[in-house]
Amino acid sequence: MKNNNSKLAYPNRKVFIVDGSRTPFLKATGKPGPLSSSDLAVAAARPLLNRQPFSADQLDEVILGCVMPGPDEANIARVVSLRLDCGHDVPAWTVQRNCASGLQALDSAAINISSGRSDLILAGGCEAMSRAPVLLKPEMVAWLSDWQRARDIKAKLIALSKLRPALFVPVIGLLRGLTDHTVGLSMGQTAEILAHRFNIARAQMDEFALESHQKLAQAIADNHLTEISPIITSKGLVFEQDNGLRTDSSLQSLAKLRPVFDRQGLVSAGNSAQVTDGAAWLLLASEDAVKEYNLPIMGQIIDTQWSGLDPSQMGLGPAHAVPPLLQRHQLTLGDIDYWEINEAFAVQIQACLAAWQDNDYCRNELHLDTALGTIDSERLNVDGGAIALGHPVGATGARLVLHLLNVLHRNNAKTGIATLCIGGGQGGAMLISTEGEKS
Amino acid sequence: MSTQTESLMWHKISDSDGIVWLTLDVQDSQTNTLTSDVLLELSNEIALLSNDTPKGVVINSAKTNGFIAGADINAFAEMHSVDETFYGIRQAQDLFSRLEKLSCPTVALIHGFCLGGGLELALACDYRLAEDSLNTRIALPEVKLGIHPGYGGSVRLIELIGVLPAMGVMLAGRTLSARAAKKIAVIDRIAPARHLKRVARELILRSPSKQQASPLQKLLSKPILRPLIAALLRRQTRKQVNPEHYPAPFALINLWKNQPANRQQYFTAEAQSVATLIRSDIAQNLVRLFLLQDRLKGFGKQIDFKAQHVHVIGAGVMGGDIAAWCALRGLRVTLQDQSAERIAPAIARAHTLFKRRLKLPYLVQAAMDKLIPDITGEGVAKADVVIEAIFENLEAKQSLFKTIEPQLRADALLATNTSSIPLESLASCLTQPKRLVGLHFFNPVAKMQLIEIIYGKNTLKKWQKQAAAFARQIDRLPLPVKSSPGFLVNRILMPYLLEAMQMESEGIPIMAIDKAATDFGMPMGPIELADSVGLDICISVADMLASTLGISVPDSLSKFIENGHLGRKSGQGFYQYDHQNKRITKSLESAYSDPELLQQRLILILINECVACLDEGIVDDADLLDAGMVFGTGFAPFRGGPMQYTQKQGVDTLNQQLQHLSSVIGSQFKPNSGWEGLS
Repeated sequence: MKNNNSKLAYPNRKVFIVDGSRTPFLKATGKPGPLSSSDLAVAAARPLLNRQPFSADQLDEVILGCVMPGPDEANIARVVSLRLDCGHDVPAWTVQRNCASGLQALDSAAINISSGRSDLILAGGCEAMSRAPVLLKPEMVAWLSDWQRARDIKAKLIALSKLRPALFVPVIGLLRGLTDHTVGLSMGQTAEILAHRFNIARAQMDEFALESHQKLAQAIADNHLTEISPIITSKGLVFEQDNGLRTDSSLQSLAKLRPVFDRQGLVSAGNSAQVTDGAAWLLLASEDAVKEYNLPIMGQIIDTQWSGLDPSQMGLGPAHAVPPLLQRHQLTLGDIDYWEINEAFAVQIQACLAAWQDNDYCRNELHLDTALGTIDSERLNVDGGAIALGHPVGATGARLVLHLLNVLHRNNAKTGIATLCIGGGQGGAMLISTEGEKS
Repeated sequence: MSTQTESLMWHKISDSDGIVWLTLDVQDSQTNTLTSDVLLELSNEIALLSNDTPKGVVINSAKTNGFIAGADINAFAEMHSVDETFYGIRQAQDLFSRLEKLSCPTVALIHGFCLGGGLELALACDYRLAEDSLNTRIALPEVKLGIHPGYGGSVRLIELIGVLPAMGVMLAGRTLSARAAKKIAVIDRIAPARHLKRVARELILRSPSKQQASPLQKLLSKPILRPLIAALLRRQTRKQVNPEHYPAPFALINLWKNQPANRQQYFTAEAQSVATLIRSDIAQNLVRLFLLQDRLKGFGKQIDFKAQHVHVIGAGVMGGDIAAWCALRGLRVTLQDQSAERIAPAIARAHTLFKRRLKLPYLVQAAMDKLIPDITGEGVAKADVVIEAIFENLEAKQSLFKTIEPQLRADALLATNTSSIPLESLASCLTQPKRLVGLHFFNPVAKMQLIEIIYGKNTLKKWQKQAAAFARQIDRLPLPVKSSPGFLVNRILMPYLLEAMQMESEGIPIMAIDKAATDFGMPMGPIELADSVGLDICISVADMLASTLGISVPDSLSKFIENGHLGRKSGQGFYQYDHQNKRITKSLESAYSDPELLQQRLILILINECVACLDEGIVDDADLLDAGMVFGTGFAPFRGGPMQYTQKQGVDTLNQQLQHLSSVIGSQFKPNSGWEGLS
């Protein structure tokens, strides 16, 4: 039954985007950041809900994507929903599709609105990557269990004698999470594979990375990032802008950075997405809810596509997810006014663009008749991306869609696609439109 | 054989284990207090139980708000002689002793308030079991009314937990949470509500050994050590309160030190001590103020109004702290200012307040989540209450009101926290000028109980009542005050502060001026108070009042401000402050030849202004004026407030003193016309 590529994701009711908000993205500094995943989600949602004409308990549900919630954040969506005063009656659930968790939340919300199950949904993603857990080795857990069971001095001494320094070596949750254990590769290593396959040079990657910073700097200077709501921490610290931006970057300084994944490789910290904390939300509504509360229409979620591919080349996810989406709506690459492709790695975006221009790849891997074509670089990630502002894995999908709407409105444009690659070998793509009336 | 009639207040049930459950449910009241009827009925019940002893007795309360809130304070005010009071106390003591002597195990099952006489009753039981909840409040607050525990509680508490912990509870009247009370063994067991009855039953059926003070604490109570410990306790207490102003804690220490060897006589001595204290002016003044709180609370009960969302505009010290206080009281609060930077200090202060008050991290987080920074002011359109707390400038406030008025919900209360601008001037810019009320909070918000509810000539009663109800909702005391320059509290304080500055410019040492005020019983001297309020704020309030009150601002004050010395907040005012904001008093002269004159000048000029306020009807009567000054400024509570003090000293005496001062010092002491109407 492999016919899902031809079917619309939301065949019934229209799905409107009425508002959205995100936190500034805060670069991880090595220490746990000032806010937990749920703190971030709460901080992003409070101003959003505060400006709505309805109260939070009027929501039908809250859906939140998050890859690594903290130990106190089981079903983090529910934690956040209660903290936002949505009340006991509003159900909330957490979704996880690794790097696309935030996009998955929007998709799940859109499905429920389309089907008629819900009319008003708060959906988004959050991640405090700086607070990813540091764990004990299983051997250490076993030792602790023996220690607790040792009742007398003799048993305690025997247990103590088995304690080895190696047992104390911690398991870094973040690194484990960014590794695909089915193929034994870190995410960065999958990017190295793409560089090799499409013959992309280090200088090209660094150039892309530099542009990402430059574009973000320009967007901040022009006050374009209006979707950001400032954060005030309980200690009184204020964050108003994404703080991963480097204005001192240059091709020379980027070239000096050592590869971090393969010792002899090309992918450096400078041309990869930053490890970052952040949260982003969208408010989705049915036509009924729009009428009931007289909500403004920012845009519409038209369709979503999920595709799978070889996990060792997961960075090509967008290359696989976009074509079926275009086909379903009889669109070409050129019909899309603006693109947000997540910058997990500079080389990974460049590989996607190369794959679409490659006849062999399009025929053999994407099952197209011919190469898909090119997209205008002026229409891609116009305000920079994750290389400059970071990739809080759970939040990014929602940020891409939120920012794409911003870009479309700013340029009086209509159609956009937000897409990202997903660790484990998947791609997700969402087609949105700023037109409220047309489906 | 008993002529016993059915109890009206105590419901008695025998369960299948043979345990008797005595449940107190005082009629026509939401709160249980130990009225004479309650005690009489309990006496009858105890008599029955002694004749026919059950397996055990559990004493509990049918009220949702708590166990027993203490003795009947109204009765205190009505007792006429020391002997009558002594007799009443002895009777209650005797009753509690009979309860203590019951041969079966007894349990006090406590939830919510367990205060004063209520705790003394519980102390006469074998075991105390309390609900492990934030609502559980356990205390012996008698010293706050100028007395000390008198129903055997001081004796029993010391036996139970030892003299030092017991004095720690009684001397300051400190309130204990369930957990804190368990920690020092005032309470034997704590349990969540769902387990309380079962634990009570278990205590009776298993009757474990009873709590008693540790050997060390018992040693400290030996006659040979008592004088030493008592001296130590006195020294500690003197650091907190002046024995001449507040004799009760010292009487309690003496009672313990001089305790008769015979326990019965110890009880008698306790009763005698309390009976003497109750009749003192100090206790009568404190009891009167306690009852006046009820009168102020009554202003909040005239209308049904429950806010859920408060919007505060202006995140400065006052606005930020008002917002934090409202969030602490469980309201959703949006706090508006021009930028995140301006709001941030208020959020940090709120977090400190929440941590101190709520302690448990999940409660702190919940309170923080309720306090929402709102740079764009979206909360205006959603809030039930909107409070303006921006800087004191008529034009700025008016332009703000013009912007927000069209956004307000029709049923939203619109309030200003202005400290001196007349309400009428502010309201004139509104399309509905009858709507605006003043909610005048005092600094620090989390500490000062009073809110002046300011109404103008045209303010609709409905909004005034809502404002008062809102004050009660956030656990403050509302005082209706007619709008006029300075309202009540600031107007009365201003001549007092200026007189202090006048004395300073005469060359009188500031330490001597402040000492004169604190010796009278003020919590802080006028010079330090001016520094704390901020000299810039003082001068703006003084300017505002200058024409109406005919006062002049001393040159010294303007000089300070020209030099950027704004008081405590800038590190330098009349005093210097260290980096922890503490006053540096070293090397400051504090001696003055005639301290009495200083005190007279300060207090009389203050009272003179009080008399003028009464005359102009700024508040309805002298009781309300006293309440305002005590709860709004901390005016020496044991003196009962300025008007009570005036009555005690004699209206004519003070009038003559004013006339005298006006001839020897200056015209500022000229008695106001209001004195003629006083008797």
